[in-house]
Amino acid sequence: MESRRSFLKVAGVAALGLGTTPALKAVAASGEAGGGAPQPQVKKGAKALTAKQWAMVIDTRKLQTAADVEPLIEACNKIHNVPHFNNKNHEIKWIWETEFKHAFPDKSNSFLNESVEHRPFPVLCNHCENPPCVRACPTKATFKRESDGIVLMDFHRCIGCRFCMVACPYGARSFNFRDPKPFIKEMNRKFPHRMKGVVEKCNFCAERLAVGEMPACVEASQGAIAFGDLYDPHSPVRELLKENFTIRRKQVLGTEPSVYYIV
Amino acid sequence: MNDKNKIIAGLIVFLALFTFPVWYNLGKAAPAPEVILTEKAKEAKVCVMPTEYMRANHMQLLDHWRHEVVRNAKRVFVNADGKEYTMSLSNTCLDCHSNKADFCDKCHDYASVSPYCYECHIDNPKGE
Repeated sequence: MESRRSFLKVAGVAALGLGTTPALKAVAASGEAGGGAPQPQVKKGAKALTAKQWAMVIDTRKLQTAADVEPLIEACNKIHNVPHFNNKNHEIKWIWETEFKHAFPDKSNSFLNESVEHRPFPVLCNHCENPPCVRACPTKATFKRESDGIVLMDFHRCIGCRFCMVACPYGARSFNFRDPKPFIKEMNRKFPHRMKGVVEKCNFCAERLAVGEMPACVEASQGAIAFGDLYDPHSPVRELLKENFTIRRKQVLGTEPSVYYIV
Repeated sequence: MNDKNKIIAGLIVFLALFTFPVWYNLGKAAPAPEVILTEKAKEAKVCVMPTEYMRANHMQLLDHWRHEVVRNAKRVFVNADGKEYTMSLSNTCLDCHSNKADFCDKCHDYASVSPYCYECHIDNPKGE
């Protein structure tokens, strides 16, 4: 009897000791961190541009012909290594041009004024305030960034299910059906490209905003596109919205696009 | 039980064949590769974190960088010495370690891991 009792005592103490080890270790570790060497940190770049919700106002009156819109598309494709496929089914689009009736099907009358009817409209991801693609993504690969409202993609996490492409009412997302690498005309070595099996789209030049530069299309537009914070009453975007009547694509769906058009 | 000899002979043949890969490769283990540093990496002497940490945990560090850059818009890494680095595989890591074949691939091959970083990230950002 005596040996069983002593065995239980020892076992009990040992179990208690094992149970408290993690707690003791945690206390010891926190003590080290508090008084020891500084820990590595991450932060924003000094020149990074910030906003509550980035927005764009496109003055289509200044972009009358395809020749006016082409440089914007070229600038974007070049910087982001967007491949060019001749097969329409494989097309990758970040920013592209379309007709009024396709851009604004809910605002298109049978008889439009000629200027608007034949004008090329640059269209891109609207970086919606209520993005349906984000709700559709099963892996949270696409998300609305809290810090600046950009609808971004984490290509590492995309599994290529294409739910987001179905959910997006603007056709702003493209799927890499083929390895895009051989179809990139000129590789920008500062920016990654994508692989077969992921979805991609416009990122509002998040990588340029981070170093204090305006988006590539804005820079190439020679003043036709304004870019700024939608919630800053003095931003260039808000100034234009104050002075001009603007429309947005498929506003009736309630996605709250952040790209505005002056027609 | 008259087939004792046949059974034992069969077992010996089976064991010999079954263990063939083990004794065939005995003593032929490939030596652990030595990483080769570029001149620029040698000159810098220290990486973003201590070498021991980088050797064991560079993958966790890269994952952490990816998360901070993509999701939190934080692109600058400040190490314990207060030195700042842009968090970029192609533009920061491969700027010093521009010899991917000798620096990355050797160990990855030895450890039989195949990270897919270079499916998208440019492996020679300087175009050498």
